[in-house]
Amino acid sequence: MAYFKYDAIIVGAGGAGLMAAIQMAGKANIAVVSKLYPTRSHTGAAQGGISAALGNVEEDHWQWHMFDTVKGGDYIVDQDAAEVLTRDAIDAVLELEHMGLPFNRLPDGRIDQRRFGGHTRNFGEAPVKRACYAADRTGHMILQTLYQQGIKHQVNFLDEFQMLDLLFSDDGRACGIVALEIRTGEIHTIHAKCVLLATGGFGRIFSVTSNAMAGTGDGFAIPFRRGVPLMDMEFYQFHPTGIYKFGILLSEAARGEGGILRNGLGEAFAERYAPTLKDLAPRDMVSRFIYQEIKEGRGVDGKDYVYLDLSHLPDELIDAKLPDITDFARTYLGIEPKTDPMPIQPTAHYAMGGIPTDLEGRVLRDASAATITGLYSAGENACVSVHGANRLGTNSLVDLVVFGRRAGRHMLDFVRHSDLPALPVDPEFLARAEVSDLLSRPKQEAMADVRRDLQVMMMDKASVVRSAESLTAAKAGLVELRSRYARAGIDDHGTTFNTDLMEAFELGAMLDCAEAVVEGALARQESRGAHYREDFPTRDDVNWLKHTMLRKTSGGLELTKKSVSITEFQPKERKY
Amino acid sequence: MDYVFRIKRYDPDVDVKPHFEEYTLDLAPTDRVLDGLNEIKWHHDGTLTYRRSCAHGVCGSDAMRINGRNYLACKTLMKEFGKKITLEPLVGFRVIKDLVVDMEDFFAGYRSIKPYLIAGEAPAGAERRQTPEELARYEGATKCILCAACTSSCPITWANETFVGPAAIVNAARFIYDSRDEGAAERLRILNTNTGVWRCRTVFNCTEACPRDIEVTNTIEDVKRTLLLEQV
Ligand SMILES: Cc1cc2nc3c(=O)[nH]c(=O)nc-3n(C[C@H](O)[C@H](O)[C@H](O)COP(=O)(O)OP(=O)(O)OC[C@H]3O[C@@H](n4cnc5c(N)ncnc54)[C@H](O)[C@@H]3O)c2cc1C
Ligand code: FES
Repeated sequence: MAYFKYDAIIVGAGGAGLMAAIQMAGKANIAVVSKLYPTRSHTGAAQGGISAALGNVEEDHWQWHMFDTVKGGDYIVDQDAAEVLTRDAIDAVLELEHMGLPFNRLPDGRIDQRRFGGHTRNFGEAPVKRACYAADRTGHMILQTLYQQGIKHQVNFLDEFQMLDLLFSDDGRACGIVALEIRTGEIHTIHAKCVLLATGGFGRIFSVTSNAMAGTGDGFAIPFRRGVPLMDMEFYQFHPTGIYKFGILLSEAARGEGGILRNGLGEAFAERYAPTLKDLAPRDMVSRFIYQEIKEGRGVDGKDYVYLDLSHLPDELIDAKLPDITDFARTYLGIEPKTDPMPIQPTAHYAMGGIPTDLEGRVLRDASAATITGLYSAGENACVSVHGANRLGTNSLVDLVVFGRRAGRHMLDFVRHSDLPALPVDPEFLARAEVSDLLSRPKQEAMADVRRDLQVMMMDKASVVRSAESLTAAKAGLVELRSRYARAGIDDHGTTFNTDLMEAFELGAMLDCAEAVVEGALARQESRGAHYREDFPTRDDVNWLKHTMLRKTSGGLELTKKSVSITEFQPKERKY
Repeated sequence: MDYVFRIKRYDPDVDVKPHFEEYTLDLAPTDRVLDGLNEIKWHHDGTLTYRRSCAHGVCGSDAMRINGRNYLACKTLMKEFGKKITLEPLVGFRVIKDLVVDMEDFFAGYRSIKPYLIAGEAPAGAERRQTPEELARYEGATKCILCAACTSSCPITWANETFVGPAAIVNAARFIYDSRDEGAAERLRILNTNTGVWRCRTVFNCTEACPRDIEVTNTIEDVKRTLLLEQV
């Protein structure tokens, strides 16, 4: 075991963590802790684009972007945050370009822009070209570019270190983490004045997902166990176009460039549901359109999938603007998208909910505005909330850059003005106890079977469409899965690179995330954005224009409501 | 359908030297090799160790040697091989455990070529201009996911630990040919050595190994040509 000491530690080396690190590099003693090599982070999988109202191709204004974000999120977006997001987006995209990001260009050399779902001109009139992009590997280029800046600024990376616990001093300040060095199996205390949690999402709790295998929600579960609240966990986005069975994402850019969804009869069904935006309606809606088509027997061959059709698009356009995703179709489906449609189904994609923060990334203690000293969060891990009940495509990458940057700047200021809090007594106690239990308990069942059953259950009972009945069953199912988890064991009892142990730890985190999703979904008796309740099919602004805050207390889970910031746009019915 | 996975195993905690183990698995021809590895780990032998994350060929975690050639396990389907496949860790890298290799030298090579834009003050409130043609000049090299499949396929890297390797050269080229970058001379100087591009014997293994279809060898040749023409 070793002891490390820094001014600040950043957990997670995706877009959010790296952006924060770059703000502090060279100015404070920091480290970036990541269970993956930074370039393996899931930001690298992002495809379609990052939006900013540059107006390079068509007239655009950040106020239009803000409106779309608020409406897309079904009015439960905090509007003060949406304003920051969309205003700062412009400058953030330019900053990425200045760092060297190879954006696609217009003939005159400015950044090109394209259409994406839910992004409109003049408050909903028609689609607008707002998404800046680098082919269909925008996230890859963002991750590479930010990592390169990290190298340039000599950021200190602790690669392949997995956070196991979050530490608080006796007076309640965040003061570090406990982490497992994967290569050696050693457990270390990393002591700091402040901690940023930027560990990405938890899509792996569902059986069909676009998320990486590392997307297990560790950074949600660990603080949650320590009494930090989670906000709006019931809002989980299913992206309409995942490759059938694999869940691998086919970016919305495919539809932005003219791709069309077709049912088993060959009908372009989206226009029946959303006459103005058609296939480019927001994701929650399109996923439900697909669900409805399949339910009414219009899936392909009566099965549970429909088609994404690009065959009418020019070959050159596909090669220039959608090369990677069409390559996925060739590799995994053996299908040539230039001539044949691709089978797709909704895939678990993005957590709108997460650790509640203020505009500077400071973590909120509860439904009041009070913050937890020294604790920050950004990216998919956090909930500012700029995505409300449904995130618009391209807005996550904006969120990483804008709020990662704000958090990094605030932390820099914070470390300059504060001392190092004392560690609690025996800081590694909990982490060591958990690890030694996982390593030593007899294997009465395989972890993989528990995980599989969790994923299938969540997909079945708590995904695109939910009800009190399905959620109550999921809640009971989770109790059962937890007791199975306690009996499940692992094969690898060694110290070197024990991924069996890591996966077992991650399954524990996934169970916590699933519990928070189900709890929020049961409480929210309305339908809003990605949260659709068959038994409460309409939005209820009287009772539920509120965030949910879920907290673990000694007396069990406690759910409270938090008000929504509404500055510009009064809630209206959401039509596209 | 039954497939036999023959895997080179090594656990430093218990093994003196590596050995092969075989697993027979029921997989579909359209399953990924990674699905097979997961099946082993989850249902046969949890000690089997490999890196993975995205599972669709974009994060670069799971480059390994399959039947004597480098692939990403997640981007290769069973139907590409016969009924028996042999999996080994990347050659030329120190093995940490089973299919996991030490990537530190690889990343050090990457860092050595200054993999970041070197340029003066940017215009305020606007992007640096770059035409689609200027982008096309280096765009291929931007696809690199640092999986090391190319570097580990190169016979020179097996023999010579000081060769910076194809991946680092590709990433240097990504900046050398970027119209916005002003660091070409520095990088060319680093590559114009016997640990740089002149080590390359144009074997083309790297191009074949690249899971992102980057023209690795041609890119290295490009850098050599630039060096010859500019006489730096
Ligand atoms: C396929 C796909 C396509 C997408 N396309 C777009 C798009 O076009 N536009 C858009 O705006 N958004 C898109 N998104 C969403 C967006 O990419 C993600 O929400 C975003 O990249 C998350 O970034 P992050 O920095 O929060 O986390 P990530 O990039 O997921 O990084 C998480 C980091 O945390 C680390 N970590 C996790 N747990 C631990 C632990 N216990 N200990 C230590 N480290 C840990 C990981 O190693 C990693 O470095 C897409 C998402 C997917 C899945
Ligand atoms: S797991 Fe990401 S490249 Fe294979």
